[in-house]
Amino acid sequence: MQDIHARQIRPPFYRDERVLSLLSQIVVLGIVLGLGLFFISNMIDGLSEKHSVAISFDFLRQTAGFDIGESLIDYSRQDTYARAFVVGLLNTFQVAALGIVFATALGVLIGVMRLSPNFLVNRIAAIYIDVFRNIPLLVLLIFWAQAVFLKLPQVREALILPGPIFLSNRGVAVPWGVPTDSWSAYLAVLGAGIALGAGVALVLRERGKRTGRMPFIPLWFLGTVAAVGLVGWLILPQPLTLDRPFLDGFNTKGGQVLSQQFLALLSGLVIYTAAFIAEVVRAGIQAVSKGQREAATAMGLTPTQTLRLIIFPQALRVIIPPLTSQYLNLTKNSSLAIAIGYPDLFAVAGNTILNQTGRAIEVFALIMGTYLSLSLITSLLMNMYNQRIRLVER
Amino acid sequence: MSENTAVDEIIICQDVCKWFGEFQALKDVSLRVKAQEVVVIIGPSGSGKSTFIRCINRLEEHQAGTIVVDGIPLTRDVRHIEQIRSETGMVFQQFNLFPHLTVMENITLAPIHVRKLKKTEAQEIAMSLLNRVGIPEQADKYPGQLSGGQQQRVAIARSLAMQPKIMLFDEPTSALDPEMIKEVLDVMQELAETGMTMLVVTHEMGFAREVADRVVFMDSGEVVEVGTPEHFFTNAQQERTKTFLSQIL
Repeated sequence: MQDIHARQIRPPFYRDERVLSLLSQIVVLGIVLGLGLFFISNMIDGLSEKHSVAISFDFLRQTAGFDIGESLIDYSRQDTYARAFVVGLLNTFQVAALGIVFATALGVLIGVMRLSPNFLVNRIAAIYIDVFRNIPLLVLLIFWAQAVFLKLPQVREALILPGPIFLSNRGVAVPWGVPTDSWSAYLAVLGAGIALGAGVALVLRERGKRTGRMPFIPLWFLGTVAAVGLVGWLILPQPLTLDRPFLDGFNTKGGQVLSQQFLALLSGLVIYTAAFIAEVVRAGIQAVSKGQREAATAMGLTPTQTLRLIIFPQALRVIIPPLTSQYLNLTKNSSLAIAIGYPDLFAVAGNTILNQTGRAIEVFALIMGTYLSLSLITSLLMNMYNQRIRLVER
Repeated sequence: MSENTAVDEIIICQDVCKWFGEFQALKDVSLRVKAQEVVVIIGPSGSGKSTFIRCINRLEEHQAGTIVVDGIPLTRDVRHIEQIRSETGMVFQQFNLFPHLTVMENITLAPIHVRKLKKTEAQEIAMSLLNRVGIPEQADKYPGQLSGGQQQRVAIARSLAMQPKIMLFDEPTSALDPEMIKEVLDVMQELAETGMTMLVVTHEMGFAREVADRVVFMDSGEVVEVGTPEHFFTNAQQERTKTFLSQIL
């Protein structure tokens, strides 16, 4: 009896499952660490001995000396590389954030259309998806830039839409609000409106929990803020004046000009990503079993109630992880901006700053680190949301 | 359940036909069900039993014939469809509980959103129904945490919460492990004893024999034979009925 036990407990170490798995992990870790150390030390040696340049980020404090086509913050060629980098980052951030919002809206719409029993609606969505999912994004971006926005008429013959909005090959000029003296007071009023809206939302949420019929809270929140904003607008003396663009010789003046590069990049990213999001949404809705819809229907819920209370909450669980991937793709794909001349993070840092300073390792470490952080933050938020809505099983 | 005296026959089906593409699933099916009657429909798979009861609350659309439920003709009129659905409850083979909602929320959903009851009222009704089906302690769990038999009992409670006049059962025990079938059949029998009008598609012959007022045998989309359980199990007339019964008994 004892003999049997002893033989079961101690196999030779080279056949012991636990020893083997531990050993293999140690070997792999050793190889990875060894390679990493070799490359890093090789890089440091190479840089310091052959070129006598150590890794340093000091160049970021030097004057950039180049212009950037468009910027969300004040920037001139006298500013530092660091500031130029931030300008690029903000441009990337702007196009990615707007892109995600528009691509989601368009994608959900196309995805729901794809499931419509109406033949025409259904076909239009299917054709959209098949066309835009199967054209390379770079081709699509250059198409928008070269074949659409650059083919708009010269400024002097600009298409004028009511507003007025000027469409020309330099971009689109739209009317834009310009703050006056009372603008800061108005911002305070808006802040109060947001606080009030949040209060209303909280009260309604509590009431919704009590009655079981949850009102559509975002609508109430926005409604309250809008109402307060309107009252403030009427009381205060013109917090914003509307700056309308107008033609002045060879250019438009006034208003806000959205550059053709920005518009081409945004359109391309939105149209391309929406096709993928549409498929994600369709798959999510179809993943909810037919029985769920039947049970809801048999209970007397309307189709809208069924979609809102039964189908969508369950589809969301399937949709969120692939949707996160699409958001990450859109953000990373925005680096193709370099092909159409939009000064995003990669175009500013990976092209201009790199060419001027020659600091390839530092610049790319910064660029990769920034994209990585942006992506990780996005996935973190999406994962938190996914965690909150996951199904309870056994 | 208060009996509707104005309409003695609560379900009237006359010459109902249904096609899926080329395939005719129902051929001139006629059946009249009186209030408080329990009718069990049996037959081989693919005989149109499920399709037939799914036509009664319009989960399937019939293409010819007449269906009148509690005096309301079932047509393309969406208001009629709504009324009929609010008077009929349905229990499915696969339970179809909503996995993202608790047992309590599953049961109170329709009363709150369709009947517009207050949440507290709906919860009171739900609790008394959970007591009735014997699982009040499961109210705050999610369907995924319950056994099949418990899930089906929740599904029955969920249908009853709408206070229907008619209950349709579509093979309610076919997806259950054998030891759980009885707990569901017991609940159904108790329901029948309270005078609920029930239309039950099932393979449980014991249930048919004990609880049914009438048994309907369907085959190939047709009603072959209708009769009391005694008639059926001792004195079936049609050859097809006899063959079917000999195969399963």
